[in-house]
Amino acid sequence: MSTVAANAPGVAGSGLQDVAASEASLRRFLHGLPGVDQVGLEARAATLGTRSIKTTAKAYAIDLAISMIDLTTLEGADTVGKVRALCAKGRTPDPTDPTTPRVAAICVYPDMVATAKDALKGTDIQVASVATAFPAGRVALPVKLADTADAVAAGADEIDMVIDRGAFLSGRYFDVYNEIVAVKEACKRADGSYAHLKVIFETGELQTYDNVRRVSWLAMLAGADFIKTSTGKVAVNATPPVTLLMLEAVRDFRAATGVQVGVKPAGGIKTTKDAMKYLVMVNETLGDDWLTPHWFRFGASSLLNDLLMQRQKLATGRYSGPDYVTVD
Amino acid sequence: MAKKKNIEEPAAKPAGGLFAYAPAPESPAAAGDIATSYGHFIGGEFVDSSGSEALKTVNPATEQVLAEFAQGTDEDVDRAVAAARRAFADWSALPGSERAKYLFRIARIIQERGRELAVLESIDNGKPIRETRDFDIPTVAAWFFYYAGWADKLDYAGYGANPRPLGVAGQVIPWNFPLMMLAWKIAPALATGNTVVLKPAETTPLTALRFADICRQAGLPKGVVNIVTGDGRTGAALTAHPDVNKVAFTGSTPVGRAIAKQLAGSRKKLSLELGGKAANIVFDDAPIDQAVEGIVNGIFFNQGHVCCAGSRLLVQESIQDELLDALKRRMSTLRVGDPLDKNTDIGAINSAAQLARITELTDAGEAEGADRWSPECELPGNGFWFKPTIFTGVSQAHRIAQEEIFGPVLSVLTFRTPDEAVAKANNTPFGLSAGIWTEKGSRILWTANRLKAGVVWANTFNKFDPTSPFGGYKESGYGREGGRHGLEAYLDV
Repeated sequence: MSTVAANAPGVAGSGLQDVAASEASLRRFLHGLPGVDQVGLEARAATLGTRSIKTTAKAYAIDLAISMIDLTTLEGADTVGKVRALCAKGRTPDPTDPTTPRVAAICVYPDMVATAKDALKGTDIQVASVATAFPAGRVALPVKLADTADAVAAGADEIDMVIDRGAFLSGRYFDVYNEIVAVKEACKRADGSYAHLKVIFETGELQTYDNVRRVSWLAMLAGADFIKTSTGKVAVNATPPVTLLMLEAVRDFRAATGVQVGVKPAGGIKTTKDAMKYLVMVNETLGDDWLTPHWFRFGASSLLNDLLMQRQKLATGRYSGPDYVTVD
Repeated sequence: MAKKKNIEEPAAKPAGGLFAYAPAPESPAAAGDIATSYGHFIGGEFVDSSGSEALKTVNPATEQVLAEFAQGTDEDVDRAVAAARRAFADWSALPGSERAKYLFRIARIIQERGRELAVLESIDNGKPIRETRDFDIPTVAAWFFYYAGWADKLDYAGYGANPRPLGVAGQVIPWNFPLMMLAWKIAPALATGNTVVLKPAETTPLTALRFADICRQAGLPKGVVNIVTGDGRTGAALTAHPDVNKVAFTGSTPVGRAIAKQLAGSRKKLSLELGGKAANIVFDDAPIDQAVEGIVNGIFFNQGHVCCAGSRLLVQESIQDELLDALKRRMSTLRVGDPLDKNTDIGAINSAAQLARITELTDAGEAEGADRWSPECELPGNGFWFKPTIFTGVSQAHRIAQEEIFGPVLSVLTFRTPDEAVAKANNTPFGLSAGIWTEKGSRILWTANRLKAGVVWANTFNKFDPTSPFGGYKESGYGREGGRHGLEAYLDV
């Protein structure tokens, strides 16, 4: 399988085109990335978390955050009815206020893609499907590829794949890389276009910040359109420091290659206050270029209602309470 | 239910980027009442000066006069020292556990009145509220808590059983961390059983005077803490006073040298914490993003008004371009402006005089051929402001590489080998602090062992903790503040 040249075309000419030519060169490159000082990274994320977002800035950020949500249901108990309800919520997050923006995408399991696609007909809301045996990813590559192709065939606009954390932790970076390249190929539609590929690292399992920086570069070199922190299915999901580090990685990757990659923290972001902190990190690390749903997403479910309550508070000056937003 | 729309055009693109932060001002009224004029705090009472001369303290962000305060006379100093002397016998005779109660009480009141103190400090000094709220005031409380803990354990401080206090301590502090420097001086002095006369800086007397109120609230015995305001003349009268047993000074090296001369041959114990020109050494294997944060924190924290500021960046030549690009990118996001805005990173320069000194030295830097760079940022019309500035192409011979600027100005030098880094870092009359950035533990130890600086930070900068001693080599002074070591300065040992 041809890997680099075909699948990361933007990397050509940047001096990084040979990085993934072999197991050895990829390892050398990833281990040559600057280290991450844990204390310093966490301190920076905490400092950015103290920004005070008020009035007009808050109104802007709330609407931006709503428009960036990948509204998610990933339960064994998901039904057609549940997914339809979620899609209705995504289309009209606040039925009392038509100025409320829509969410960016609805994120479901592959077997629910067709349902979601149908329920979202006539909107520009994307359907994202997890794939590659989400969340553990512990199946053979052909199964992962079939899982992906199935979701794409059902109409998924975006694929959220999981990497093989076992391979990464045992140092088989090349296997992880090749798997992403293969999944990207499986994202190809009949008309030759590609479903957008988000690569989930499950940073809570990779544990160290050095690993997060390495896996970010690995995924971007392999052609990821988005890098995503977590599945939401493990104890530690998105955290501000991990997300900050990934923001730095996409910034550095674009500087090195000219290719812009999106970032999606997922899991554990539940409040408007949390979302503000993430948007502040994007703002002060990457700036305007990433402040759109095209380049930054929140993987979340309960976050939306908190944003809606805060939005109502800004509009009316009063807190309404959880009975005034819909539970779906 | 009808809704009134306040969110008209949330997606409009404001100046300063898509996501421009709306003003988030802290209320100046939270500082509490500021009197139009202040006298001294002597013997537990606020008293008028014996003289008639008054000084003014201004808000450096607006140049508005905040209050008048007394220029302490020789007679005022004499009264204050006498009050401290009278209080000494009873205070030093108290069991340590009793002194500790007062210090714990002061620490708790500082926490309870934290917002008030943070706002007052920001108004009087010009530093951002984020810093007074998140750093200065918590550190002040921590210092009192820490030394409160020592008060009944002095037998175990390593100076033998029952170490004796010195008597009356005369303390002169600077304007860069007004309340924090007060805490560094007063907490160990009181814990060890001394009484104090403290002179705050003439541009920042307000939080010290507010601290006097806290002493009263805590029921501290009269005369244990006395505050006399004024300029250098008052300070000189205090350090020269014959009934002062201990002098503690934090400030500039020339003044420290004058005090050392003045005290030579006397029996007064002296500790000096003076200037610095710290090297922040970045090796080629450093964690770059965090090193950039450390450089920014090292020199732009508190507008660079920090004696231990990392004012000389020594960067390994092989990563110079990469690091400077990252540093400039980061500096472009620094928010300079209203100190009371909760999102301000860099506030006002403390005084017109300090601004003039910074301007003079940076002009000299340009004249000597170094390249000057500052990010685009709008400065307010009134007040004293200076853009965060870096100089590249600096050599050891330049004044900006040798003299303490005490402002948001970084001089960038390069080195090729670890030996050269150490040689350049130590090539200064100062020796207060230094920083090392490398992912290699052995290189941290190798370098730290060779640096002639009282504090060496590894992969961080400007971190302070009451348990950790702080102080300098060479012209940066002598004696240590903080930690167990900080007790020695106030004990007759």
